[in-house]
Amino acid sequence: MRPLQQSHELGLSVCRTCGLVVSQASLGIDRRCPRCQSRIEQRTPFSTEMTLAWLIAGVVFYVPANLLPVMHTSGLLGETDSTILGGILEFWRAGDWDIALLIFIASVAVPFTKFIAIALLLVTVRKSSRWEQHQRTVLYRIVEFIGYWSMLDVIVVALTSALMQFQVLGTAEPRPGIAFFCAVVVVTMLSALSFDARLIWDRPA
Amino acid sequence: MSAVPPAEEPLPAPAVQNRRWIPRLVWMVPIAAAVVGISLLIRSWQSEGPQITIKFLSGEGVQVGKTQVKYRDVTVGRVSAVELSADHQTVLVSADLSKDAASLLKEDAQFWIVRPRVGVGSVSGLETLLSGAYIGIKSGTAPRHERQFVGLENPPALPHGPRGRELELRAARAGSLAIGAPVYFRQFQVGRVIDENLLQDGSTRVTVFVEAPYDGFVKPVTRFWNASGIDVRLGANGLNVQTESLAAVLAGGLAFDDGPTEAGLAAATGIPGQFILYKNETEAMAPPDGEPHYVRMRFAQSLRGLEVGAPVEFVGVDIGSVVAVDLGYETRDKSFPVIVTAKLYPRRMGQAYEVLAAQGKTESDETLAAFVGTLVNRGLRAQPRSASLLTGNVYIALDFMAASPRAAFDASIRPLELPTVNGSFQELEAGVGRLVKKVNDLPLEQIAADLHTDLTDLHETLSALHTRALPAAVDALLALHRTLDSADRTLSVESPLQRDLAETLSQTRSTLQAVRELADYLDRHPDALLRGRRAQKMPTETATSSSGAPP
Repeated sequence: MRPLQQSHELGLSVCRTCGLVVSQASLGIDRRCPRCQSRIEQRTPFSTEMTLAWLIAGVVFYVPANLLPVMHTSGLLGETDSTILGGILEFWRAGDWDIALLIFIASVAVPFTKFIAIALLLVTVRKSSRWEQHQRTVLYRIVEFIGYWSMLDVIVVALTSALMQFQVLGTAEPRPGIAFFCAVVVVTMLSALSFDARLIWDRPA
Repeated sequence: MSAVPPAEEPLPAPAVQNRRWIPRLVWMVPIAAAVVGISLLIRSWQSEGPQITIKFLSGEGVQVGKTQVKYRDVTVGRVSAVELSADHQTVLVSADLSKDAASLLKEDAQFWIVRPRVGVGSVSGLETLLSGAYIGIKSGTAPRHERQFVGLENPPALPHGPRGRELELRAARAGSLAIGAPVYFRQFQVGRVIDENLLQDGSTRVTVFVEAPYDGFVKPVTRFWNASGIDVRLGANGLNVQTESLAAVLAGGLAFDDGPTEAGLAAATGIPGQFILYKNETEAMAPPDGEPHYVRMRFAQSLRGLEVGAPVEFVGVDIGSVVAVDLGYETRDKSFPVIVTAKLYPRRMGQAYEVLAAQGKTESDETLAAFVGTLVNRGLRAQPRSASLLTGNVYIALDFMAASPRAAFDASIRPLELPTVNGSFQELEAGVGRLVKKVNDLPLEQIAADLHTDLTDLHETLSALHTRALPAAVDALLALHRTLDSADRTLSVESPLQRDLAETLSQTRSTLQAVRELADYLDRHPDALLRGRRAQKMPTETATSSSGAPP
């Protein structure tokens, strides 16, 4: 594939807000878009640094999210604190392998894949690697897209604890684990958001 | 930064400096996350309690991660693993306890699995039907702490010890007592049986717990007895039914009360906090028997109905019991005497014993044997007697029989051998024999023959009566019947005689009527005798005119 020409080689910049393409020479010292007045950057400043910071925060939060119980159910049959992995195992043992698989994908596989994907993107960008640039862009899109769907657990816990309030018969309460899980999802979304995908295509200067 | 073209460098310099530190703030996020994570770790590590291992015979109902460990119904831990021991004989249950439960883990702490239990006396653990079993803890008092325990198979009777006193009772047999069986003091439940053990010597040790403040009723003179079942006694005072409570009847139970308080009879076993468990109240309240003395008796007669445990009575007072009935063999005359061994309690002889004790004659076997020797010389004999004609039970009576021949008594034989006489029931037998003989001697055949002749005569008379007298009687009766029949017909309403009679009577009545009318007429008109009868209309005319005049 013939290497594409890059904007800075053409002396052009694009406004990420309104999409206006301006020549770099015409930008003032404050680099404002002449149309929407938002700042035009050649590349998002500190993109990799912020992405890395958010990613590390996500990984750190991921540990208590999995170790701490996410939900506490009590009822006639006793009380239980369930963790995410414990819940998956329980569903699996009970024969509900489909639900177990769904929770596993949404709560374990997806966040983990995101960590690895973002880490991969960061490493390759830092090395200005030209390996599979197209596929990496697709990967970034996927990571950005599936971010919203990782909130499945949080929603399940929120719904269950809101609906299951039958006093003696059964009550469900959220436990700290779910807050950490929520934090994992938000932080990884921020991490993906602060990554500037254009860096994938940058050639080393 | 490398992406920024060199040509642009002089221009954005101030802007870059301005914004340089703001994006760096993002590093606060992972740092904060790490701080939170580490603090969580530290907290969970700090709150981490001890892990214990409990050995059970069965892991029934124990689930990893589900089964809780509870102290006074408060969850203090959770089962983390259940595995078989290396020899496959026990189940090792590991549990993670919370930190505040660590102080419960004394060396003598007790663990048991709470499952639903339904007994006659109590129902417990019903809540575990739904929630599943849990492990209960009872903390101990030992100073040392422990991590390995052996679980109890049955829950302790008193999981969370109320204040009170634990007592040990010794009994030959526990009867129908079960752990948890009630302990009564004057029909009030004041405690429970908390443990039962079979000791090495085969006796039973029953541990009971008497709750405060009732433990004050337990004194050194207290006697315990088994209150299980119903005590029905038919005595001279009528039927006497005694029981502590219905639950005690079903589940067994103990009762205690003050025993006889005479000095010297106190301290049942001599060990404080240990008591003897008697079979029943009567036995418990009886004065202590002291050491038994064994005697042997040879009887040259069948002792059918003499059972081990049958009483030995001295002048009607129960002073011991039969412990063995054996068949002996006398080589001298090739006879089979019955050898009865009995234990006697000299203390039961009451005043006699006290007098003997005062004389110091009870101190050794020798002096006692000498004393028995004098009694034998005065005519003391053992005699089997029938206790009840219905059941055929036999007891041994020691009595003075002045008429009995002198008997040899060797005071040096152990056990003492008492001379015997044959039983009263043999005399009874002889009497019955004589009676039977008399019956036998009756001329039954002669009587029967005479009776037969008499009966034949009677028969003949009867048949003569039948053939001759009866037909005549029947004829006479028939004739009588006919006569009565004709009389009946003559007198019946339809008979001609009756009709004629009725007619005659009515004619007579009308004749009499006519005569009465004539008499009346003559009375009013005496002249008619002379003038004859006048026209009949006159009186009716006057009657009508006189009646018609006033209107």
